[in-house]
Amino acid sequence: MFMSPLPETRVIDGTTVELLIKGEGQPLLFLHAGHGFDLDDPLVEALSKSYRVIAPSHPGFGASELPRHITGTDDLVYFYLDLIEELDLRDLIVVGVSFGGWLAAELATRGTGRIAKLVLIDAVGVKFSGRETRDITDIFATTLEEIPTLFFHDDAKAMQILGGLDFKNMSLASVTRFARNRESLLLFGWSPTLYNPKLLSRLHRVHVPVLVLWGADDKVVSTEYGKKYAAAFEHGSFAQIPEAGHYGYLEQPEAFAGKITEFLAADALVAA
Amino acid sequence: MEFWHFSEQSMHPAWDSIQGPTKVLVDNRFCDPEVAHKLYNRYLDEWVIADKLGYNIFVNEHHASANCMSASCLLTLAIMARQTKNARLLCLGVPITNRTDPYRVAEELAMIDVISGGRLEIGLVKASPFELAMSNQSPARIMDRYWEAHDFVVKALTHKGLPFSWEGEFYQYRNVNVWPRPMQQPMPPMWITASGASTGRKVAQLGYTMATFFNGAGTKPLYDAYKDEYFKTHGKPASIDRFAYLAIVVCGRNDAEVQERLKKVKPYLEVQPRTPKAWSNPPGYESVELNAGALKSGKTGRINFGLPLNPTQQDMADGGILFSGTPDQLYDQISRFSDRCGGIGHMLCLSQAGYLSHEETVDTMTLFAEQVAPRLREYARQKNMELIQAAE
Repeated sequence: MFMSPLPETRVIDGTTVELLIKGEGQPLLFLHAGHGFDLDDPLVEALSKSYRVIAPSHPGFGASELPRHITGTDDLVYFYLDLIEELDLRDLIVVGVSFGGWLAAELATRGTGRIAKLVLIDAVGVKFSGRETRDITDIFATTLEEIPTLFFHDDAKAMQILGGLDFKNMSLASVTRFARNRESLLLFGWSPTLYNPKLLSRLHRVHVPVLVLWGADDKVVSTEYGKKYAAAFEHGSFAQIPEAGHYGYLEQPEAFAGKITEFLAADALVAA
Repeated sequence: MEFWHFSEQSMHPAWDSIQGPTKVLVDNRFCDPEVAHKLYNRYLDEWVIADKLGYNIFVNEHHASANCMSASCLLTLAIMARQTKNARLLCLGVPITNRTDPYRVAEELAMIDVISGGRLEIGLVKASPFELAMSNQSPARIMDRYWEAHDFVVKALTHKGLPFSWEGEFYQYRNVNVWPRPMQQPMPPMWITASGASTGRKVAQLGYTMATFFNGAGTKPLYDAYKDEYFKTHGKPASIDRFAYLAIVVCGRNDAEVQERLKKVKPYLEVQPRTPKAWSNPPGYESVELNAGALKSGKTGRINFGLPLNPTQQDMADGGILFSGTPDQLYDQISRFSDRCGGIGHMLCLSQAGYLSHEETVDTMTLFAEQVAPRLREYARQKNMELIQAAE
C-alpha cells in the first residue's frame, strides 16, 4: 500500500498529484486509506475490470504534493471537488476506504450532483458516542509493530501485504512514502481523532444510495459503528465481509469487489 | 562560567513500584499527594539554598511523569521570584508548541520578571515528543507553530504603546496588550535548546544562549555550527556565555562518599528514558527524511544516553552525562569536557537526581559551589579570551 509510485500525474489547481487511471466504463473515484495507496492495490485491480477507476494519492500522500494551504480534511474535499470538475467526471461512483471513506462522506455532503453512488469501506469520520467513549481507536498512540494485528484480521497475511514491515530492505523511496503517509494522516486526523464533529449532522444531504461495507473483524472501528454510519444516510445499507479487518479490502479484495459490484449493478434506489 | 541548580522534582519514592513506562501511561495512583507535598517543598528549599550558594536557578516541566512533577515551570519560577534574592531565574523551558495560548505565556513571563526585579531568563522549547499526548497539540507542523508562538511572545513582550492585533496561521488575537511589561528592557535574555546543527544555526542567528542536554559527542559539532553562524550573522565571535550544557553533577569529599551518592543517583539514568514506544517519536515531530532514514537504518534514537553498557564513572564523565568525584576530580572532568566541546559558559547542574536525599543534595551543591565553581569561573574566563583571540 505504500511501495510503488503511481504512473500518471495531474495538476489540479496548482497541486501536482500522482494517480492511477485504469479500466473502462462508468467513472469510479477511489479514495485511499491513511497508510496510502500504490500500484498493486488488489481492490482497485478488481474494480478496474468493470469501471474506469481514477485513483489518486491524496495531497501529502505518496508522491502527491502538499501545498502549505492544505492542512485539513476540508482542504482535501475542495481539492477533490476541483478534481471532479477538472476531469469532468459525471455519474460518478465514489469509493473510499478508512480515512478515504471519511473524505468520500464529506465530499458527498457538499452536493451529489455529479455523484451516482457512494461506497464507504471501514470508514472513519463520524462521532456517535458520548464524550468519554472513543468510537475510533487512537491509531496515533500505537507502534508500527501493532499495525498487523490492529489493522488486519490475519497477522501473517498482513505481514505479506506490508512487505514484512522490513524497512531496512525496502528502497528509500518506499520507506519515504510510508513515513510521509504517516505524517500526512496525522496532519489531517490528529484531533478530533479521525472525525469531524459536524459530519453526522450533514450526512442527510447525501441523497444517493450508499453502501457501507465493513470488515467483520475491524479493530479500529467496529461493525456497530459501521451500522450506525449506514443508518445515518437517507439511502444507506450495511454489509460485512468475514475474515477481514480494518484493511480487510486488502485481505479479501475479491469479496469486497463482489459486494461493491452487486451494489453498483442494482437499480439506483432499490439497492438502498 | 555560570552555574544553574536544576532538579526535575521527581516522584522517586514511587520508582520501585512502577513497572514499564514512567511517563504518559503511568498510573497516577503512584503519585501520592502527601508524598508530593513534602517533595515539592523539599525541592523548593533546595533552590532557595542554591540562591544563597551563588547558583542561578533553572526549572523545567514535564507532564504525567514520575521523573518530573513540575507541571508548569512558570509556577515554580513564580515561587522563586518571591523566595530568592540574587539568582537569575531560567525556565527551560516553556513548551510553547504545547501551550494553546502564547499570550498568557507572555503575561506570566512578564509578571515573573517584574516580581523578581528583572531576574528572568526565558527559554522557549519545542517540548519532548511524548508531551504531545497530554497537550493534544499536533506533532505535524510543530516547528511552524513553534516559530509563530516564539515571534508572538517576543513581540508581545517588547511592544510598547497601544494594543496590537495578531492574525497568524496558528494564533489569532484581536487585542494584545501585556500588563506589566517586563522589567528588563527591551526584554529578558532568551535561551533555546538544540541538539543538531541546523537548530544551532538558527539559534546563532538570533544570538540567543544555546543550551544542550546530555549531548556528549554531539556537542562539539553543535557549538561549532553556532560559532560559524554567529560570526557570519553578527560579524564577531560568539562569547562563551552563549553556550550552556546540562549534565548530572555529584560531589563528595572522598571516593567512598562519591560512590555512595553515585549509587543513589544512577537509577535516574534507567528511569528517565522509560517512554512508551508509541510516544517516543510521533509522525510529524521529526522530518519525513529523518524518519525515513531512521526506519531504514533501524536506529530509533540514542539508547542509554549514548553510554556503553555498564558505564564506568569515567565513561559517564567523558560522555558528558554525569560528572562525579571530589572537587578536584570534578574540576578536571568538567574543564576537560568543556575543552572538548569548545567552551561551556553555563553549567546546568542536575544536582538532585535519583534517590539523593535533601542533606546529600545540599552537601554536594555546597561542595561544588565552594570548591569547584570558583576555579571553573576562572577557567571559563581564560577560555573565553582564547576563543575570542582564536576567532579574530
